[in-house]
Amino acid sequence: MIPLSMVNPGQKVQIVQIRGGRGLVSKLANMGFYPGVIVEVISNRNGPLIVAREGIRLGLGFGMAHKILVRPLN
Amino acid sequence: MEKKIKIALAGNPNSGKTTVFNNLTGSHQHVGNWPGVTVEKKEGKFTYDGFKADVIDLPGIYSLTAYSIDERIARNFLLQENPDVVVAVIDASNLERNLYLVVQLLELGANVVLDLNMMDLVENRGIKINKEKLSRILNVQVVETIAHKGKGIDEIKKIAIDEAKNKKPGEFKIDYGKDIEQVIDKLTRFLKERKISVNYPLRWLVIKLLEKDAEVVQTIKALSEGKIILNEVEQNISKLEKHLGYDLETALVERRYGYLKGLVGECTSRHYTFKERLNISDKIDRVVTNKFIGIPLFLVLMWLTFQLVFTIGGPLADLIDTFFGWTAQVVSKELISIGAPEWLISLISDGIISGVGSVLVFLPNILLLFLAISILEDSGYMARAAFVMDRLMHALGLHGKSFIPLVLGFGCNIPGIMATRTLESEKDRILTILVNPLMSCSARLPIYILFAGVFFPRNQGLVVFSLYLMGIVLAVAVARIFKSIFFKHKVAPLIMELPPYRLPQIKSVLIHMWERGSLFLKKAGGIILAGVIVVWFLSSVPFGVEYASQQSLIGRIGSLLAPLLSPAGFGFWQAAVALGFGILAKEIVVGTLGTVYGVEGAGLKGAILQHFTALSAYSFMVMSLIYIPCIASIAVIKRETNWKWALLAVGYSLILGWVMAVIIYQIGKFFV
Repeated sequence: MIPLSMVNPGQKVQIVQIRGGRGLVSKLANMGFYPGVIVEVISNRNGPLIVAREGIRLGLGFGMAHKILVRPLN
Repeated sequence: MEKKIKIALAGNPNSGKTTVFNNLTGSHQHVGNWPGVTVEKKEGKFTYDGFKADVIDLPGIYSLTAYSIDERIARNFLLQENPDVVVAVIDASNLERNLYLVVQLLELGANVVLDLNMMDLVENRGIKINKEKLSRILNVQVVETIAHKGKGIDEIKKIAIDEAKNKKPGEFKIDYGKDIEQVIDKLTRFLKERKISVNYPLRWLVIKLLEKDAEVVQTIKALSEGKIILNEVEQNISKLEKHLGYDLETALVERRYGYLKGLVGECTSRHYTFKERLNISDKIDRVVTNKFIGIPLFLVLMWLTFQLVFTIGGPLADLIDTFFGWTAQVVSKELISIGAPEWLISLISDGIISGVGSVLVFLPNILLLFLAISILEDSGYMARAAFVMDRLMHALGLHGKSFIPLVLGFGCNIPGIMATRTLESEKDRILTILVNPLMSCSARLPIYILFAGVFFPRNQGLVVFSLYLMGIVLAVAVARIFKSIFFKHKVAPLIMELPPYRLPQIKSVLIHMWERGSLFLKKAGGIILAGVIVVWFLSSVPFGVEYASQQSLIGRIGSLLAPLLSPAGFGFWQAAVALGFGILAKEIVVGTLGTVYGVEGAGLKGAILQHFTALSAYSFMVMSLIYIPCIASIAVIKRETNWKWALLAVGYSLILGWVMAVIIYQIGKFFV
């Protein structure tokens, strides 16, 4: 398991756990990002990154990307 | 007789609600390509088939749980105002996530019409949606639209009115799985037994309680048996969570998405594959948000904007200036020839033409500035800029999303302040509002262009640029200071959807530019005109004094204030009066100077050349930048926060403006 912030562009990963306040976790979940979901990193600015789930593109700040733990898929 | 119905438009950000709204009602509400363009509900009307419909466009939401003010506005409307019909406008090329809100609306028991918008994108991507099946399973009527081409709009009208007549929202249930369903049933019975009086379906209420929705919990708490109910809910949640092994809210969200996955699979004939989705937008993003290119690219875009506003705007402004000079001459000649009284000639040529004309000259610059901002908004770049700046903004103690309000502030501080409604944290929001007036808005542009053009003809661009930069640097410093005094909190992390890039449509960009520009013209014909007439009048009384002399009323008022300003290098009454009236609207600073000197354009340039030096001109520009938010901004700050913060914004800017102007003048004296 690694933080999402360390994933390279083009890599697909599965969300395992999201740490953080209730508000953030629930907001992300309602936007379609919750444990079990497979996402792809589109761009990574050493922390802040763009992550894709199907047609949705989410910009995540440095703090947020750190708190999302993922499992790389091959 | 005509019947009245109320129709609400709800949907995710960037699903095209406002475009649908404009088409339904013939309005021209601003459409942009970033989440949070609509931050308040907008109302419009249409009549169809004997029905009068009130249409309400709501801010975009992802679910019925609200995290920020704009989302709360939408949610509260849907929950409390009981619209006859809710048209759920969804981006059909992104069915699953967009339907998430729709199923929540159905659970709430809303009378939903499903609008599959952006059908052109669906076709382009080779997806087929089985509309009939979707309609059957969800038990709602479905319309297909391409809102930006106006396709399908009449059908929305027809079906929405049809639904309003029937008013029979069918029951809709998602199966949350055996364990959760058992608890839902148990709690529903528990609530039923207590005969609580709330407006919502009990099942929905229970689900929201299980999600620990803050506002629903509050509503229940207020009931006489609130404590008992919440206790019961709490116990059931802990039991369930222990059993599930993770938190219940996520479980509920997951089940809903699970349901949708099945639904979308059944109703569409082709699913996305990962390869397909690596579309052009992603390729652009790999460059635009690249860790080395991102920030430099933003700076280049800003520089291009700047060049556009000055290099192209300058000659156009000169043309208008020539026109007003000519008009003033012709008009006063005409007035003299028909024997008009002297005061009337003075009012028209000294007051109105000199005052308003000296402001109107800058219309081209202002239009170009708004053109550039519109392009940034419509293309989808604005959201990326916020994302690219996130880390920097954090280092400065602000939120990534604060960046959009600040950029909008360069156009006008009022939409900038409004745009802070999308920030989730109240503290981040107030901080962003407080520093927004330091973003140099378009109303200050006339002052800069006038003074920099006269005193720094060769480095005009550089001088003006330095003022914008100073505003930004001060905003950062002020934010830091206020944060350490008032808000010792950690800034909330950024979560923001990035809509796909879109080629800005010429028509939409021009409309937006014109709406902003016409606002400027209205201001010129309204508050600026009124301001300069007052200035003219005060310059003319008491009767018999020389027009705009120190003995005139305005001269005396200005002379009282002038000593305060002399440490900053412009301690004469005209400057004091100009700054004083500038509180009404900053353009009036130039308008007042035009009126008290009784000249505009080239004549005004000569007049200020006599009174200012290059140094005092610069300190005057700095003062104009900082010294106070205009009256409309103060009112909006008060409305969006409270008097305390509005007074702080006024107080700190007055002090900061004066201090900066004095420092620059006093230190500068050693060098010139």
